Amino acid sequence: MNFWAVSTEIFILVIMTVALAVDLVLPKKETRRGIGYLVISGLLAALVYTFGLYHTGPSMTFFDGLFLEDNYALFFKQLFILGMLFSVLFSLDYVEKNIKSPGEFYTLLMAALLGMCVMASANDLLTMFVGLELMTVSFYVLVGQRMDVPDSGEASVKYLVVGAGSTAVMLYGISLVYGATGSLDFAVICRSIQMVFSIGLAGIVLVMIGFFFKLSVIPFHMWAPDVYQGAPTPVTALLAMGSKAAGIAVFMRALYAAFPLLGGYWIPLLAVFAAICMVGGNIMAIRQTDVKRMLAYSSIAQAGYMMCGIASADAAGMKAVLFYAMLYVFANVGAFAVLTCVEVYRGGTTHTHLTGLAQSAPLLAAVMTVSLLSMAGIPPTAGFSGKMYIFTAAVERGYLWLAFIGFLMSMISVYYYLLVAKAMYRDLTPEEETANTAFRIPFGVRATVLLSVIATVGTGIYPELLAMLTNLASQTFMR
Amino acid sequence: MIDIFSLSVMDIVNWSLHVGLAHFLLLAAVLFSIGLYGLLTKKGIISTLMCVELMLNAANINLVAFNHYRPFQDFSGQLMAIFSVAVAASEVAVGIALAFRIYREHGSIHVDELNNMKG
Repeated sequence: MNFWAVSTEIFILVIMTVALAVDLVLPKKETRRGIGYLVISGLLAALVYTFGLYHTGPSMTFFDGLFLEDNYALFFKQLFILGMLFSVLFSLDYVEKNIKSPGEFYTLLMAALLGMCVMASANDLLTMFVGLELMTVSFYVLVGQRMDVPDSGEASVKYLVVGAGSTAVMLYGISLVYGATGSLDFAVICRSIQMVFSIGLAGIVLVMIGFFFKLSVIPFHMWAPDVYQGAPTPVTALLAMGSKAAGIAVFMRALYAAFPLLGGYWIPLLAVFAAICMVGGNIMAIRQTDVKRMLAYSSIAQAGYMMCGIASADAAGMKAVLFYAMLYVFANVGAFAVLTCVEVYRGGTTHTHLTGLAQSAPLLAAVMTVSLLSMAGIPPTAGFSGKMYIFTAAVERGYLWLAFIGFLMSMISVYYYLLVAKAMYRDLTPEEETANTAFRIPFGVRATVLLSVIATVGTGIYPELLAMLTNLASQTFMR
Repeated sequence: MIDIFSLSVMDIVNWSLHVGLAHFLLLAAVLFSIGLYGLLTKKGIISTLMCVELMLNAANINLVAFNHYRPFQDFSGQLMAIFSVAVAASEVAVGIALAFRIYREHGSIHVDELNNMKG
């Protein structure tokens, strides 16, 4: 048993336990802001620590190969930790104001992070299932944390019902795969010839449907907009970047490591679903006025772009997906930090609440615009390089039509992203002018938005640094 | 392939008496289908959770049955079933807590009455 392989998880578990203990020890009336700082510093240390685990030699395993700590997993763990770090940082004020029990909130956030990290390292259907459930069950509770807003409870119930159903479908699929191959290990499933029989194919289809629910791919997306809208804003941010990236990570690992021989079946399927996602997500986002709901549909479209990369099923496609997932985190952090700040001061996230932001908080308006443009893929930002990598990989694989649809839909997406910019930058009527008071931007939000905008523009101008990291990440996977 | 129409009564009796893997799989498939049907049609959150439970237990039966009929000794299927029981329990715990909450807020636990958000 090599405990160094699970050291990142142990680290996060310790942060979680300490946060819970501090919450219990602190007197009831005391503010819980300190726990937030504690979590932030712990995550920062974990982030630095994970850089030391990158390797070129053989990867560490734990529990007889159930758990694999390769560079691919490390890359995704850093992505989750980064997303979580920034989410906690920009939501300090939000949590203090709107969440009834912040100590439990931070503990649950760490539990969700732990689940994501386990998913990224899963090398066996059992580990995958446990990690997925740890993350999802934590999110059911996190979504319902706004005790003062009925929408939050409604979103939580919808998420639970759909999530539990999809879990059951996935577990049934896992049982059929187990029946066909006699093992839950990805490596054994990969070598097993029985997967081509109908029972194995039924299994892989059910497992993929389960993943499609978790990734909110279009025919299985009904829960996403309601949950994104009703959840507390920092949790929405984590659903959009963390939960989705974790799903992508384990989905890609399962497809590439366990079912590569069935590529003839799942590659065209993924290509078609990617196209449906890109078209549907972008079209339905146009008529949304709540920015959180709009970002939910936009995240469906982003899942479509990432699935384009997965459908190319080679090292180039994988690198493109890793790159895209990371820069999507940068863009999301910026956008949701602004939304959280606006919600704290103005009580909502619709276009009306954002009106006049350019006059009252020019920094927030600028960062929001840059983040949204990055999601749309406009050149000086990172989104452009990410989309270029993904569509290049798809074209090289022969999916020209897919790249064409993606390109067209990216252009359509600019419209609804710029509607938000228009709401923030348009001229105000005299009444609005008087109502539009300037507000103080807290330090956490200021730091987050500046870092996210630097990362977004920096990666757009100089993508080599992140590209090098993705190369390193795919190196231990694709050999 | 077996021709269903040429089966005699004795064949069916024989098949029913000698329980094998196929029986367990059939049971699991039926349970799963009942659960899925209930999940799609039931309105109360409690009955929805019960239907999810049916689906999860169908998968558990599958796992244990496949494990039992393996040619060589190996317990991964049973292990998976134990883990999934634990996961199902935690899911139901959260579900019941949420049922309490929405009962307090809406005065009912019907999922289809929760339609505040649209678009």
